[in-house]
Amino acid sequence: MRATTLETSTALEPVLARALLFQMKRIRFVEEEIARRYPEGLMRCPTHLSIGQEAVAAAVGAVLRRDDLAVGTHRAHAHYLGKGGSLRAMLAEIYGKVTGCSRGRGGSMHLIDLDVGFEGSTAIVGNSIPIGVGLALAAQLRGTDQVSCVFVGDGAIEEGVFYEAANFAVVRRLPVVFLCENNLYSVYSPLSVRQPPGRSIHGLAAAVGLATDHGDGNDVDEVYVKTAAAVGRVRAGEGPCFLEYATYRWREHCGPNYDNDIGYRTEAEYLAWRERDPVMLYERKLVAAGVFTEAGIDVMQVEIEQEVSDAFRFAEDSPFPEPAEAFEHVYC
Amino acid sequence: MTVSGEPRVPRTLTYAEAVNDALHVAMASDPSVICYGLGVDDPKTIFGTTKGLQTRFGDQRVFDMPTAEAAMTGVAIGAALGGMRPVMVHQRLDFFLLAMDQLVNGAAKWHYMFGGQRSVPITIRLILGRGWGQGPTHSQSLHAWFAHIPGLKVVMPTNPEDAKGLLLASIFDPNPVLFLEHRWLHNTMGSVPEGDYRIPLGKARQLREGDAVTIVSMSYMTVEALHAVDHLRQSDVHCDLLDLRTVSPLDWDAVFASVRRTGRLLVLDTAAETGSIAGEIAARAAIECWTLLKSAPQRIAMPDIPEPTSFGLTRGLHPRAEHIVAAVAALVGKQIGVDELVARRTVPHDVPGDWFKGPF
Ligand SMILES: Cc1ncc(C[n+]2csc(CCOP(=O)(O)OP(=O)(O)O)c2C)c(N)n1
Ligand SMILES: [Mg+2]
Repeated sequence: MRATTLETSTALEPVLARALLFQMKRIRFVEEEIARRYPEGLMRCPTHLSIGQEAVAAAVGAVLRRDDLAVGTHRAHAHYLGKGGSLRAMLAEIYGKVTGCSRGRGGSMHLIDLDVGFEGSTAIVGNSIPIGVGLALAAQLRGTDQVSCVFVGDGAIEEGVFYEAANFAVVRRLPVVFLCENNLYSVYSPLSVRQPPGRSIHGLAAAVGLATDHGDGNDVDEVYVKTAAAVGRVRAGEGPCFLEYATYRWREHCGPNYDNDIGYRTEAEYLAWRERDPVMLYERKLVAAGVFTEAGIDVMQVEIEQEVSDAFRFAEDSPFPEPAEAFEHVYC
Repeated sequence: MTVSGEPRVPRTLTYAEAVNDALHVAMASDPSVICYGLGVDDPKTIFGTTKGLQTRFGDQRVFDMPTAEAAMTGVAIGAALGGMRPVMVHQRLDFFLLAMDQLVNGAAKWHYMFGGQRSVPITIRLILGRGWGQGPTHSQSLHAWFAHIPGLKVVMPTNPEDAKGLLLASIFDPNPVLFLEHRWLHNTMGSVPEGDYRIPLGKARQLREGDAVTIVSMSYMTVEALHAVDHLRQSDVHCDLLDLRTVSPLDWDAVFASVRRTGRLLVLDTAAETGSIAGEIAARAAIECWTLLKSAPQRIAMPDIPEPTSFGLTRGLHPRAEHIVAAVAALVGKQIGVDELVARRTVPHDVPGDWFKGPF
């Protein structure tokens, strides 16, 4: 998808609108299928789902060029898919198969697809932040016009390495976009025990010297428009930026279940966010705008389900790596 | 050393409950003990180990923290200098790696580099992950790193009774202590006395007696060793099994005394082989007991590779009881079958038992 700067709504561009809706619905269905199949005990690794957070991944993925770079976190499925990462290779990785994107070494938290510039997601909070900045440094030094996108959560900005990396990016005016999905929690810890009231994350980033913007992370339109504008400025050499989007994870921090009953957040809070389901909101918008009919959306869903069930079959049918392979690639 | 004279009724607790009990006892007996870490007051209470602490002792003394391991370790040092006894916890040792400067350049050296004037009584609980695809950055056993740093104590209990007594000793020790809990031990059961009792740091526990081979072990490897030693007994091979409990300071007297008696040494370690505690023990035993050794010291540890995630790649990766039996059999020059031992294991290789269904 070519990056376009839109003043108004993506609904005015049917090709783009279709791509955004398709990607959101695809991510949703992949994640729902992982959740449904996880209890079979075949995906044997810690797995963090992005259900509820599809809009940011789809929009950012559509804004970025294929040769732009991205790094991610423990919760990376959506970012990887949004950037264009291979679904088959991702599922095979989660199943621990030799056909996985990391040959089974990394699992759900270590996704990579170099064909589309997805340079890796890592499992230690904050770990990939400076790596994304380093990718931007290389792009600047080599004179490419690539942008590096660093996906972070609201928890990751509490790590010192965020400030160190952001500061350097500002000093050197690096082509990096920090993309923060604020889903209000770090595991079961609400923002209130981690960050002071009345101080926004984007405000903090601005104080470090980053250009910032923020918005509704469940409105794919808004995320697309704001991100496209910001990436355009970064690509033009105006220096790094920080985008904060408000969103919400529907299921438990790690694993396939709902956990609103265990006490760290309320069912009412979850239901309020569910009312603002990013996929449903955009579907309704496009139907209202006449871009899609209900029937057209059903056709899209069938296409998605076919791709996803094919990818699960590929993952399940692929062999495990031989145990001896564990000893390869320690050094080059 | 036991500090209180109250009668102590043993109850059966899990390892996690024993840790929890120790924290309750410590906080009740000394108002300077504080407890923090990511998730200490969340619904999962760090696998149950911090259960009830915040309700009982309040959110001034028991609190969640920002995702900021480095700074919060320095904060613990400062709080300790200011008169508190902080107990921090990390759900994986790997997360604590962000704090190495504060630990190594700060906590470990404060007493020494300021001429012995100050002490840093902090306890840092670290959980060692294994299985269910914990993978390269959720499964590292880096106790040898810590033991390499003078000024740090490193504790690795195996059973519930020791977990409680050693944690109490760690909290009230004047030095910085790393307290490593293996995730596969949290659900193991054992009898645990009530009240305040402290097990001295630096003393191994002899779990089995025999004169064929000295087996030195720690943490989860001791569970495998117990299976192995009991299996070997059926073939009339009797081993000394020393559970180190503390890897720094290490109970050299106990190790050498046993090796002098058996003349044969097998060391087990949860960590990668090169640079391991197992290597250090093998080396020192060779130096100290050279003329009494009947064969070269042996060790069983993890291979020198990062731990992969895949169920396929972890098949046979971790040393188990049958490997220990085979190593002992080779040391004593006997053929000893392991089929029965292997057949007894009914759960897949990547979980400790039926209770473990992932995801971490
Ligand atoms: C350094 C470090 N500390 C703690 C953890 C445990 N952990 C895993 S995910 C996570 C939550 C991070 O929250 P956030 O950045 O908001 O991401 P979200 O899970 O909400 O997507 C934590 C604390 C870790 N992986 N690494
Ligand atoms: Mg979050």
